[in-house]
Parts: sequence; structure tokens; C-alpha cells
Amino acid sequence: MSETSKSTFTSSIRLKLREPARLRNLELVLLVVAIGIMISAMALVQLGAQGVIDASVLLLTVVLGVLILGMHVTLRIVAPDADPLILPVITVLNGLGVAMIYRIGLADDAAGWENAGIRQIAWTALAIGLAIGVLLVIRNHRVLLRYRYIAMFSGIVLLLLPMLPIIGVEKNGARLWLELGPFSFQPGELAKVALAIFFAGYLVSARDSLSMVGRKVLGMTFPRARDLGPILVVFAASMLVLVFQRDLGTALLYFGLFLVMLYVATGRSSWIVLGLSLFLVGAFVASRTLSYVGGRVDAWLDPFNPENFDAIGGSYQLVQGLFGLADGGLIGTGLGRGRPDITPLAESDYIISALGEELGLIGLFAILGLYLLFISRGFRIGFAGQDDFGRLLGVGLAFVIALQIFVVIGGVTRVIPLTGLTTPFLAAGGSSLVANWIIAALLLRLSDSVRNQPRLVIDPRAEAENRLVVGQ
Amino acid sequence: MNKELKRVSIVVLLMFVALFTSTSVIQVFAADELRADGRNSRTLFASYSAERGPILVNGEPIALSVPVDDVYEFQRTYTFPDIYSAVTGYFTLNQGNTGIEGSLNDYLSGTSNSQFLDQVNAIVTGQNPKGAAVELTIDPIVQQAAWDALGDNQGAVIAIDTKTGAILAMVSKPAFDPNGLAGHDTDQVIAAYEQLLSDPSGPLYNRTIAGPLNPPGSTFKLITAAAALESRQFTADSQFANPVQLPLPQSSNFITNSGGGTCGGGETVSMFDAMRLSCNIPFAELGQALGTRDILQQAMKFGFNSSMEVPMESTASVYPRALDVPQNMLSAFGQSSVRASPLQMAMVSMAIGNGGTLMQPTLVESITAPNLTVLQSLQPTVYGQPISRETAATLTQMMVASVSNGAGSNARIDGVEVAGKTGTAENGEGDPYTLWFTGFAPANDPRVAVAVVVENGGGLNQSGTGNGVAAPIAKKVLEAVLFR
Repeated sequence: MSETSKSTFTSSIRLKLREPARLRNLELVLLVVAIGIMISAMALVQLGAQGVIDASVLLLTVVLGVLILGMHVTLRIVAPDADPLILPVITVLNGLGVAMIYRIGLADDAAGWENAGIRQIAWTALAIGLAIGVLLVIRNHRVLLRYRYIAMFSGIVLLLLPMLPIIGVEKNGARLWLELGPFSFQPGELAKVALAIFFAGYLVSARDSLSMVGRKVLGMTFPRARDLGPILVVFAASMLVLVFQRDLGTALLYFGLFLVMLYVATGRSSWIVLGLSLFLVGAFVASRTLSYVGGRVDAWLDPFNPENFDAIGGSYQLVQGLFGLADGGLIGTGLGRGRPDITPLAESDYIISALGEELGLIGLFAILGLYLLFISRGFRIGFAGQDDFGRLLGVGLAFVIALQIFVVIGGVTRVIPLTGLTTPFLAAGGSSLVANWIIAALLLRLSDSVRNQPRLVIDPRAEAENRLVVGQ
Repeated sequence: MNKELKRVSIVVLLMFVALFTSTSVIQVFAADELRADGRNSRTLFASYSAERGPILVNGEPIALSVPVDDVYEFQRTYTFPDIYSAVTGYFTLNQGNTGIEGSLNDYLSGTSNSQFLDQVNAIVTGQNPKGAAVELTIDPIVQQAAWDALGDNQGAVIAIDTKTGAILAMVSKPAFDPNGLAGHDTDQVIAAYEQLLSDPSGPLYNRTIAGPLNPPGSTFKLITAAAALESRQFTADSQFANPVQLPLPQSSNFITNSGGGTCGGGETVSMFDAMRLSCNIPFAELGQALGTRDILQQAMKFGFNSSMEVPMESTASVYPRALDVPQNMLSAFGQSSVRASPLQMAMVSMAIGNGGTLMQPTLVESITAPNLTVLQSLQPTVYGQPISRETAATLTQMMVASVSNGAGSNARIDGVEVAGKTGTAENGEGDPYTLWFTGFAPANDPRVAVAVVVENGGGLNQSGTGNGVAAPIAKKVLEAVLFR
């Protein structure tokens, strides 16, 4: 073979490897915009609510921006192929949340550490730090597969922690919190991540036996007990704990996560049928027997009935949230210019109604759009990933966020009965923020491995010449 | 796995569709209803920070919001509180609003749909929203004249431009001071409100359009006559038997004329003279001959049995749908269970004076946004055509005769032909009469129609008459319009 023919051959194969730097540069541009939104939101709520800007608080927001840029730099080093949209999206959401929480604190004349917004900034900083840590420590997500039983164990322990005396405390009728000095923490939020890792790991390793072997009952194939055993035990344990802790929202969340991951892993729609009917029966029984559940259902069905409105634990809060949303209308009252503080717990469960009041329907659509974008990036991992564990974990984490958004916003807007859950990235609460930022870090890690597979892109000109193109 | 993933993504998408839908429904489609809920304190707070638009008469504010240094930011102030209390109504922080303050609250507070862009503008510029200014059709000179003429009587006066429907005067007594209800001390406001509410003379009623309505008495003969003329079975010259008393069927009672004797001399009396002298017996005969259906339909064409917005909602005047023979006869001269507001009786005069065409009465001259855009201005609209031009002309002649040479002599004005009809309505055994006058002037080309009601017999118990008490009041109001 002559030199000339060889060089012609290689030059016709134009391999185009994706350039990681381009993804990170795109992310940087988007981040500049996102951080801009975050800082201006904080400035606007201050202007709107008190007419002057407190420079020190604004500076704290700038510090958050710097930390996020630090995470961006980390990504450049340890996950250059990671998805460029995830970080800007959660920056905007987190920024809006911080601004709104601070704004509601201002309405209650809370300054400094007393203002939940300042605490939220501190928690965000911690969450970003932990997310960076996750990215640095977990260089390859497949190691998580190995630790699936450790994940299971820690998930259950986290769920059980609030039941302990002294450090476990009960708030608003649910025993979910740990209190250590001035800090309170909801370990159940972190359990969500641990259980998703366990479910994904276990389902991937037991998948074949789960979907191939089984007994047929009523036209549906059920797996053998020993294949399903561990997962049922974990599931039942978490349900029991949640019932005792009176936290319906979280129970619903784990149930949905469990069901969807099982379905995606095994491809058996019989699980969905069985799961949903179990859930409906359970929900019906709970609404009839547990008074606090029944009250929620009454408040949902007929919130404007004075009987429900005036009842303790009735629809007062729900209706105030609806009033707030209605007051916002299409365009909102403007940041800092509404009265979101009228609604009880506006900074946590009802932050979406506070944002809807001041940013209007347009703002809520934007927020929902950002959520949808975030979730779709997670699902992308499921569709495009190379290994089943990564795919399943990506989908599980994305779905748990989606379901959480649906349960909490659906509860506030009367799609479903209200159950207490935090709005991801927006609501006040350190544990929720930490858990969600860890989820984001995991999704970034997973997306990096998706992109990291070298790909051949056929050069159109080479294809036009009908040449065989060979890749690595 | 991809098939399952697709299905799960569809489920996620559906969940978001549900959220997009629910937020849209709450924030757009159901928003007005939610804002109007009495338990919505946001609406209240919003009304504080918005500078409520003024209510103007001839360009001068009769109600305006003055900046004050408390959380409510503005104090609603009424410059002529008593004279205009029936018109303005009251504006309270949380006890509801009435009058123009209530019916045009959306405009005054700046939250009406036509002010949407101004709201957007206020949000973008960061300024507090402002409400629109409402200019009324009230003529301050006529209003003052009506206020003075009514004196200490309990009753109401309304004057309306016959050609446009513009309400020139609206006075109801006893009046109240809306400043006492606009304060920012809720306890004080509630105490003041309770006191007004428990006052037996009912100062919170706007007696021109609402409150407990009175029997219209003889002023209703205009409607009976109109029905008779429209039926074409009767003319002004139709003759009726003229006894001293007429036995009321199914009872031992008799109908008498107000003087006690016959209606003028003679065996029979014409409809024209019966109207001029305001005799009851011929009209009872006429009512019986016509039957209740024709009278009901005629009354409804004038506006009976339906309420209207001026823009405050009026209480519907009543002509009952089902009447037996004695009720039919008594109703024909405005007794039994017939009830009417001064607005309603003024509308009868308006239609007669305007050649049979009844214009829609209104108080609103224009509504102007803070940026001087005119959101609404008076467009005279036709309410209906209750009678023909010929019937209107015939009734006008009867009403002119009633004033110049009949029962309404006290409404005469030198040099001007006044058309009018008095009414002296009985309320029950021993109760003081309700005294009425309605009419218009000048008779050939009217500029104004008026209706006056004086309750409690004008302090004269059963010796007061429409001509004695109500006609002089109407006269002064007509003069105020004609000689201003």
C-alpha cells in the first residue's frame, strides 16, 4: 500500500469526538445568567419589601454564586462531560427559593440568623459543598452498585433516627426531625437518596430472576419470594416507619419510587396494577381510619366550606395559599410586593403559592418548566446511558424529584389532597436542600459517564462519498 | 427498558400537565372568584395600598383618599358627607361597601379588567396602583336644592334627565355620615355601623332606589291609564260611573274618593278628569275592566318587577302577578300590595315626558383612569318603549291639567308648564300616609323628570297629602334645573 493511498484513507475518516470544553463553556454562560437571576431576585425582594438593599445579605448571595462557580470548576476537572443544564437550572431554582424565604422572613421582621432566608443561604452553601464532595469522591458511579446493601442499611437507619429519644422531635404532628442544638435536620430526606441507590443496585443484580422466574397467578406473573424478599422488607419497613411518624407525603414518595423502579427494571406492568390498587386501598383505609388523613381529604374536596375552613388542621392554610395564587394572577404582584406571609408556612410547604403570588402564573410556568428540564436531563441518562445500574439510578432519582414536585404542588393547587413535602430546591429546609443537591451531583456524575463513551460522528462529506467509516 | 422509560416519561409529563392546568385555573380562571371571597384578606390589604380613585361631582371630589401615616396609607374622606351619602354609600376597611363605593369598587380600587394594563405598568414601574376617578351625572345645584327642599322629612328625591337618563339629584333622608365608617379603628367603625343599623329611621337605606318600598298610591294611576290607552279600548274621554262610594267585592268595605264625594259633578266622569282630580273610584272601575294582566304588562314595561343597576342595584318595584278582583281594583290606584321606589316612579314620568321612550337611568358620567384614559363614559341607552307617542301625549295632557287645574296645584311654576301626578298612599289602619309627587317640566319639551316620596305623612300623620307636602318639594327641584 502506498503512502498516498493511506493518507487519503485516514483523511477521509473524520472522527469528531465531542469536545468536553464546549459543554462546560455552555454551562458557564448559562451559570452567569442563572447567578445573575439569583442575585437580582434577592435585590428585588429587598427593594420590594423594604425599599432598600441590605448589601451584606446581597454579598452572601454573591458568595453562593462563587461557590456554584467552584462546583463548575470541579466539574471541569472531574466530570467534563457532565450535563451542562442541570447546574444552571438548580441555581435559578435555589436562588429564587432563597430570595422568597428571605422575603417572607422580612415580612415577619426577622433579621440576621433569625431570618430563615439567611439560614437557607448557609444550608445552600453546605449543600453545594457536599455536592462538590460527592463529585470528587465518587469518580465512577458503578462503585455505588457495590454498596447497595450499605445504602439500604443507612437508608433504614436514617428513617429510624427521628424515633430516637432526645434528638428526635415532633413538629406539626410528624416525627421527622433531628434536633442538635440550633440545627434541625430531617434525615428522611437523605434516606430517599440511599433507598434509590439500593433499589437500583438490587433490581439490576436481581433483575433476571425477577423478570424471568416466577409463578403465574390470575394471568400475572409474580416473582419468587426469595427474589423479591429483600425489597419488600425494605419497602414495608419504610412504610411502617412513615406511618408511625405520620408522614404521608414521604410514604407516597417512596412508594412511587419503588413502584416505578421495579417497573422499569422488570418491564412488568402487573406491578403497576398491583401497586396502584394497593395504594388506592391503603389511601382509602387511611382516609377513613386516621383522622388527620380524613381531615386532609375533606379540606381537599371542599376547602371553602366554613366547617373545614375553621377546623383545626382544616383548609385554612390551603385556602390562604389559593388566595395568594389568585392574587398573583397572570403576572404576579412583583417580588416583595405581595402578601405571601399571610399563608402559614409560606416559606416551606407553601413556597410555591408565595412564588405564584409574586411572580404570577408566568413565573410558576417558568419554575415548572425548569423542573421539567431538570427531570428530563435525568431521564436522558435513563435513555442514553450505557449501564443498567446508571440508567435505573438516573431515572429513579429524576422520578423521585418529579413525584415530589407533583405531590407538593399538586397538594397546594388542589390536584390531590395535601401532604407535607418540601418543594425541591425552593422550600426552606436544610435536609431537603442537601439531599437534592446530592441528587443533582449524582445525576451530573451519571451524565458524565453517558457522555464519556467516545462516539463516532460520521462526517457528512465522508458519508456522501459512501466510504466506510471506522471508529475506535 | 426503553419502552418502560417512555411510559414513565409520559406519566411524568401528565403530572406536569396537571400542574400547569391547576395553576392556570387558580391564577386565571378562578382568580376573580377567589379574590372576591370575604375571607381573602389580601384583597383587603391591596385595597389599602392602592390610592382609591375619587368620586367627582362637576369635577369636585365628594369622596377622595387622603394620604395618612398609618398602615392603611390612605384615609377615605367625604367632603359633603350627608348630602351625598345616598350616592357615595360608604367605604369601610372590612365591613363592606355600598353605593358608588360598592358598585364601582373595581374601578375605584383599580382592579377592574379594563385597568389591567395600568396594573402591569404599576408593577413594572414599582409604583402603587391607583384607582380610576368616577365622575357622576349629579348636578350639585339640583342636589343641594333637593336636599334643602326635602327638609327634615323622611323620604327621598330623585331627578333624572328625561333625554339621557342622567341622574341629576339623588337624596335620601335621614342621611348618614360615611366619614364615621371610613375610619381605621375597626371597633369604632363597627360601633358606628351598629348604631346606624339599629336606628329605626333606617339612615343606611338609599330610599330613592331601595329600602322598604312604599305603595305608590295615586301616582300609579299613570300606569293604569297608560295600560288602558295602550289597549285601545279606552280613550281620555272614556266615561266611568261616578258614585260616592263603590262596594269592594268579596268584602263589606267601600272604595271612596279622597275628597269623600263624587269625582266632580255628573253621572259619569271621564278618564281625563279622573286623572286630573285623582279620583279612586273611576280607576278602580277601569282596573276591573282592564283586568290585571294588561296592567301587569304595562307596569313591567316601565320597569316594575325587575331591578336595575344605576350602577347600584335597585330594589325591584312590585306589581304582583296574581291578584283577585278586590286586589285588582285597589292596585289600579296604587294600593293593595303594589310597591314602588322613587326611581321607578321617576322612570314613568321620564317615559311619558320623552314621547314614550324610556332611557336607562345612570349616575355615571365617566370613569377616568389615572393616566387620563377614559374607561367608560355616559352613552345614553334606551331602556324600552313602554308606551306609544300618542299615549305619552295624552298622559302629558292629563298630568299638565292635574298641576294647572287639579290635584297637583302646588307644583305650578310661573311661566313653565309642569306635568305631574300626586299620590297619597295609605299604609294601614291609622298609619301615616306616604306622600308622593312625580312629574316633569317643561311639559312640551321636558328637561327633567322628578319623583319625591315623603314617608310618615311628612309629620302630618293622616292629614298630609301629596300635593301639600311632596309637590312643593318637587317644584323646587324642577326650578333648580329650569332656572339654573
